[in-house]
Amino acid sequence: MRSVLLLTIVTLLAGCSSMGVEPWERDLLAKDSMQLVPDYFDNFYDEHIYFSKEASSGGQGVGGGGCGCN
Amino acid sequence: MQLRNIKGRVSLATCSLLQVATPLAQAEGSDWDIDTAFLYYSESDNRVQAAEPAIYAGRNLGEDNRIDLRLVVDVLTGATPNGAHASTVPQTFTTPSGSGSYTTPAGETPLDDSFHDTRVAGAADWTISLDRLSKLILGINASTEYDYMSAGISAKYTRDFNNRNTTLTAGIAYNNDTISPVGGVPIEFAPMVQQNLPLNRDGASETKTISDFIIGVTQIVNRKTIIQLNYTFGLTDGYQNDPYKIVTVVDPVTGLPTLPAMAATGDLPYVYEKRPDSRQRNALFFNSAHHLTEDVIHFSYRYFWDDWGINSHTLDLRYRYQLASSYLMPHVRYYSQDAADFYTHNLKLGTDIDAATGTVSKQYASNDYRLAKSVTTTLGLKYGIPLSNNSEISMRGELIQQAISNDGVPAGEETPDLDALVLQLNYSLTW
Repeated sequence: MRSVLLLTIVTLLAGCSSMGVEPWERDLLAKDSMQLVPDYFDNFYDEHIYFSKEASSGGQGVGGGGCGCN
Repeated sequence: MQLRNIKGRVSLATCSLLQVATPLAQAEGSDWDIDTAFLYYSESDNRVQAAEPAIYAGRNLGEDNRIDLRLVVDVLTGATPNGAHASTVPQTFTTPSGSGSYTTPAGETPLDDSFHDTRVAGAADWTISLDRLSKLILGINASTEYDYMSAGISAKYTRDFNNRNTTLTAGIAYNNDTISPVGGVPIEFAPMVQQNLPLNRDGASETKTISDFIIGVTQIVNRKTIIQLNYTFGLTDGYQNDPYKIVTVVDPVTGLPTLPAMAATGDLPYVYEKRPDSRQRNALFFNSAHHLTEDVIHFSYRYFWDDWGINSHTLDLRYRYQLASSYLMPHVRYYSQDAADFYTHNLKLGTDIDAATGTVSKQYASNDYRLAKSVTTTLGLKYGIPLSNNSEISMRGELIQQAISNDGVPAGEETPDLDALVLQLNYSLTW
């Protein structure tokens, strides 16, 4: 199991190393609109609403607190 | 479970670039980023209404260190389903405190309208730069509401590789929650009783602990594309019932709410729900942002599975349509889940519950619609406009429809769809 995990990580990193940009090619990636989460509070509220109404959670991060959502 | 990622470090692979983009802020370390927002959430049929103002403040402390703070107030009112299903006869229930009652007409889903609460939640993150390529983010969070308290800590480590084109993330979080239900903690599978009788309660509060783990990789693919893949594992131990939810006991022939033969005087044909006290949750999450000529596409997908039998798929698409100086962002979300193994429409006398003694033979049972097979679709539109170089105002509206599966449910007992409206106003400022 460990060797499979190690192999997966090495493969992933090797695959990743062929992607990417040079430092001077990061103009678009640096824009606010290119953040993986486009808006902090849109995402915060969405997570809260769907956590209250659906049985799934997680994926994006960890922590953040619970609620006795009705 | 809310996201801890903070604006400005959400895409960790590009964090350093953001600081390159604001060299003055980095050098002086004195800029505050302030985001304020107000959410209005309204469900149809006089169900839950919420008003939720929030403020976020983040500040660079220099050398890639920063502090992020958040405060949210959540005011809730309205009615929520009590777990019993609609019937062809009127149904009378006791309020959680035991001192009142309410009657639901025939053909309607029973809603408890005694629900109102105010929640205050705060969180703080401290980002510590360990060296040029790695960071440690320490977080604390706490929230309090009338019947619920939550407190937690978290730690996340990130490291950049491949000329900062790849970022690996690993993190842990621990939460300790206490629930103190109105009227006390209901005894699992004990019947609800008529008002002003001794309640079937045991103790004033219960606790649960929530441990979460994350590993993830964020990768810059090319000049226009960034992707992220996370795996999260969560373990919840302790009290996970909804103390306000009941399950209807029915006669298997008539389908009407019915008491067992040995029921005590004042018992009602509804028992308090019971869920497992352990839950293991898993999520695989893919996220991406892709820049077109001017516009940006945000797409994410999550596959979730747990040991309660719930599997779900979440697809989320946002398209940022750039106008001259402002932008429009349509949003579509699709969510589909299976039912929990112990989700049940009701308990049938003679099979699920002993017709004489009232002993429930099932290990667990809940008719909480959130554990049912369901599909949620969301359509939204956002409009944002920069007011100056360092401030922006935006507003959005979203329509949410949740369709609960009624497969195998007799006519007249169906769970209705839930419609909700979201209106939100954001104002952000750097100064």
